[in-house]
Amino acid sequence: MPPIPISFYLILAAALFCIGLYGALARRNAVAILMGIELMLNAVNINLVAFWRYISGDPAKNQTGIVFALIVITLAAAEAAIGLALIIAVYRSRDTVNVEDVDLLKW
Amino acid sequence: MSLTDVLFYIVFFILAGATLTAALLAVTLRNVVHSALALVGSFFGVAGIYLLLEAEFLAVVQVLIYVGAISVLILFAIMLTRGLMKPGESAVNGQWAAAAIIAMFLFMGMLLTAARGPWPINTTAITTDMIPALGTALVTTYVLPFEIVSVLLLAALVGALMIARE
Repeated sequence: MPPIPISFYLILAAALFCIGLYGALARRNAVAILMGIELMLNAVNINLVAFWRYISGDPAKNQTGIVFALIVITLAAAEAAIGLALIIAVYRSRDTVNVEDVDLLKW
Repeated sequence: MSLTDVLFYIVFFILAGATLTAALLAVTLRNVVHSALALVGSFFGVAGIYLLLEAEFLAVVQVLIYVGAISVLILFAIMLTRGLMKPGESAVNGQWAAAAIIAMFLFMGMLLTAARGPWPINTTAITTDMIPALGTALVTTYVLPFEIVSVLLLAALVGALMIARE
């Protein structure tokens, strides 16, 4: 039985998520925005694992939380690969990674 | 409270503090390479949190994929798009104050929800080795999501190759 209450983990995950959200909303560099998104995905994973450990019946038998976290990690890898490829493509055609200068689709 | 419990708390607070400090550095540092390195520290802290939650396999996966693969990918992208930050230019855009306020309010909302409790607490101790059970679960109960996510990863990587190719 782990001694730390689950709310500690939830608060840690909430703080990490909000830091990532700030990074994704406020940074100008597109790579830094992706880094903020990775932080948010990490925070969600902490929540999933904490709930798996503390709330799912028998943690050794019910592996749903771990499987869910593994799938989220895979999706994060796919998202990072696509996002960085897009950033490199934009850099090639427009010579910038500042998201404020990439406004071709802006009305 | 026994000595082990106190140790658990000390380790948790060190890990949480390191993770949050590294994450804050990652979103505030001006130099993108420095913030990528701070991000690596934050990933390591999250792996430690997984260990504390007795999810050893996930901690190893975290180090392999996040610290190993994704950080290298991010550093490569930074190196390939270098030399564009002019010296006096700000690292944040015009809406950074609004973003900080939104993030603060969201944190307060989640803090109130998380602290409200009491959460149902499971007292079962993990005594067996979980990794065989996890492997079995991945190819029996969760075989469909497992296959779908592998096809998705393949498609995403081929797509990334197509997009980034000259």
